[in-house]
Amino acid sequence: MKETINDINFIAIGVSAGGFEALSALVTQMPAKFSIPIAIVQHRSIDSGAYLAKHLDNKSQINVKDVFDKEPIKAGSVYLAPPDYHLLVERGEYFSLSRDEKVNYSRPSIDVFFETVAEIYPKKCLAIILTGKNNDGAIGLAKIAATGGLAIVQDPKSAYALEMPIAAINNVPTATVLSLSGIVEYLLSINQN
Amino acid sequence: MELNEIAEIEIDTLLDAIRRRYDYDFSHYARSSLKRRINGLLIKEKLDMPYQLIPRILYDEDVFNRFLSELSVTVTEMFRDPEFFLHLVEFVFPVLNTYPYFKIWHAGCATGEEAYSLAILLKEAGLLNRAKIYATDYNNKSIDIAKRGIYSIENTAASNNSYRKAGGKYKFCDYYTDDHQAIKFDDELRNAITFAYHNLVKDGVFGEMNLIICRNVFIYFDSQLQNYVLKLFNESAISKGFMCLGTKESIRFSILKDNFTTLCEKTSIYRKKE
Repeated sequence: MKETINDINFIAIGVSAGGFEALSALVTQMPAKFSIPIAIVQHRSIDSGAYLAKHLDNKSQINVKDVFDKEPIKAGSVYLAPPDYHLLVERGEYFSLSRDEKVNYSRPSIDVFFETVAEIYPKKCLAIILTGKNNDGAIGLAKIAATGGLAIVQDPKSAYALEMPIAAINNVPTATVLSLSGIVEYLLSINQN
Repeated sequence: MELNEIAEIEIDTLLDAIRRRYDYDFSHYARSSLKRRINGLLIKEKLDMPYQLIPRILYDEDVFNRFLSELSVTVTEMFRDPEFFLHLVEFVFPVLNTYPYFKIWHAGCATGEEAYSLAILLKEAGLLNRAKIYATDYNNKSIDIAKRGIYSIENTAASNNSYRKAGGKYKFCDYYTDDHQAIKFDDELRNAITFAYHNLVKDGVFGEMNLIICRNVFIYFDSQLQNYVLKLFNESAISKGFMCLGTKESIRFSILKDNFTTLCEKTSIYRKKE
């Protein structure tokens, strides 16, 4: 695992099937003033609306919200990609959204998100793949690793659906594999506040 | 210099070439999605790097047209975001109803699906014969498709479903004829809409609009260009005119936010102040 934890400026998480439970377990453990911005792409249906953000926000100390276009990226918040939009990060610390074609049958797509994170935060980001039943995120995670970012994958044994973690590990053999509680512990350990 | 900084110079140089050669300025498009589109074109043109596009685009207008299509074609559908249309009917139509005649500008209409959706709902509200709808886009190919009003039949089930969710009162199939492959919207709807070329980046004000709809266009612009276009909308709208953006587009990060009141936050419906 990378030693210079001061360098992490952005945490990107990709999750699909089983995400509601996984995120409920992870996000609720984050302190209100967590020092690094966290953004999550969770595959979900167009009709799911704002429920996930509301649920997580209610259960967590940290502020959780769906991203608006051109929203500034700030620590102390967990950002969720809104349904039916790709989430991207831009130079200058803000998000943008797009309604381009689906990637891996998904919009938002984890690959699209991770690829822009790799470009904007080279050597300064941490990307995490959690439970899921497809292989979205595997290519994006490889780009994160290739540009010097940290890659973590949920241990398939501890995941509700193991396909996505396995695809990510196969594509990024150097990724650190941790249980969900191990990931939470690690995140808390890099918090500067 | 880091590799990604060099890549930025490469993109800037490409955009500068396009601006000087064809007078299309993409320098204030949201960079990350612009790059994804350029990468999409590189794959189609069997090229590896953005700089390789420069001579091709400079000397071959067809390549530029493909670039334009790659950038401007957005995925759209009838009654997309049905809740927006519900709120439009509920909050905006009653005010339009107080005018003997009113004008609507649908900016960035792409291939026209949303403009027809709007026309259908206006008809159901008994307002269509008083409406003048201008639907504009900067891609002439898209405008041609929109003018024809002919769409693949395979999306009809989804359109019908969204029509219902958008508060459609009758049947979606009342508004078109079909030949088992495609649907064609009725002349009454087509005649109510004027499809025209307009580039938000460089073209001027569209005057005296009662309602401006521009959804999921701002997401492709950076903040500076958004502000520029918001100013254009502010000048194009009548006093207390309406402005609708995409559901996840907001004026809250803009310097022009105080020029508008928020009518419906969830579906981004705003009203120009007096």
